[in-house]
Amino acid sequence: MHLSKVLKPLSDCSTGELFVIQELKLEGVMRRRLLDLGFVKGAEVSVLQRSPLGDPTAFRVSDTTVALRHEESSKILGEVLGGA
Amino acid sequence: MNVKKIALAGNPNTGKSTLFNTLTGLKQHTGNWPGKTVVHAEGNVQYQGQEYLLIDLPGTYSLFSNSTDEEVARDYIVFEQPDATLVVVDGTSMERNLNLALQVLEMTDKVIICINLIDEAEKKGIVIDEGKLSSKLGVPVVKISARNKQGIDTLLDTIARLLRGDIQTKPYRMTYQPEIEEQIKKLESRVRELIGHDYPSRWMALRLLDGDDALLKKLHEQIQMKGREVKSYEFGNAINS
Repeated sequence: MHLSKVLKPLSDCSTGELFVIQELKLEGVMRRRLLDLGFVKGAEVSVLQRSPLGDPTAFRVSDTTVALRHEESSKILGEVLGGA
Repeated sequence: MNVKKIALAGNPNTGKSTLFNTLTGLKQHTGNWPGKTVVHAEGNVQYQGQEYLLIDLPGTYSLFSNSTDEEVARDYIVFEQPDATLVVVDGTSMERNLNLALQVLEMTDKVIICINLIDEAEKKGIVIDEGKLSSKLGVPVVKISARNKQGIDTLLDTIARLLRGDIQTKPYRMTYQPEIEEQIKKLESRVRELIGHDYPSRWMALRLLDGDDALLKKLHEQIQMKGREVKSYEFGNAINS
């Protein structure tokens, strides 16, 4: 992990971007649930599509599409790898 | 005849129910789990003169009881103690699926990993070395395609050999950080004093560290049901201290 890089929440990524998870700022059941769904440190997430009203957003993680609300995705921190 | 119970666990959409249907055919009974709006299906299979009762557990990503489905699946494996648990994993998405497999390995020794959708995986160019996976996980690994009835005989044969004791398992158990391991050690011996050797004490200790209150209650009820002489206050004290 590059310390110089500032971590950004997943919710700030735009459609098409590829993101690598570094940290989950969540505790308890929701953390457990996200880990079970594949949102683990080091996992690559791509942003697929935002719903018409902007929330939730569909993400692709370990070969599955999962939709998360801003409430959760804003607490998943990491770096953008690429994409547009 | 002594009917052997085989539980089917797995993530949603791994073809668990396809396998269940392939194995049991029309000899199925469906209903709900007692007191739960979760579908319960069981069916019989005969193989080499042995009768098996297959139980199709709800498809889950995890067994930490975040939902009723997970609770049903977990309780069945831990409390009902099937003779074997088949963990059905999706061959095209191993990483995600092995999460559940590792959890089941922490709960019981009698596990077979069943890699389904192997035809799909091969089409996608995914090569799975089941021998290597088996030696890493310490349990048998069988590749199947439930839809094409591929590998079913090998699977049934593996189940039979596991239950006969021809296959010895040594399930992979996660080693946690030293602090956690130390706490597990402390709790595990006390857990064993309370529940004996019939239940997975290491796993129970882990759940206690996780603060799983509902499980504690269940465990307590289970012990009372079995008529063990553990008085509730003793139980409470042991856990609280």
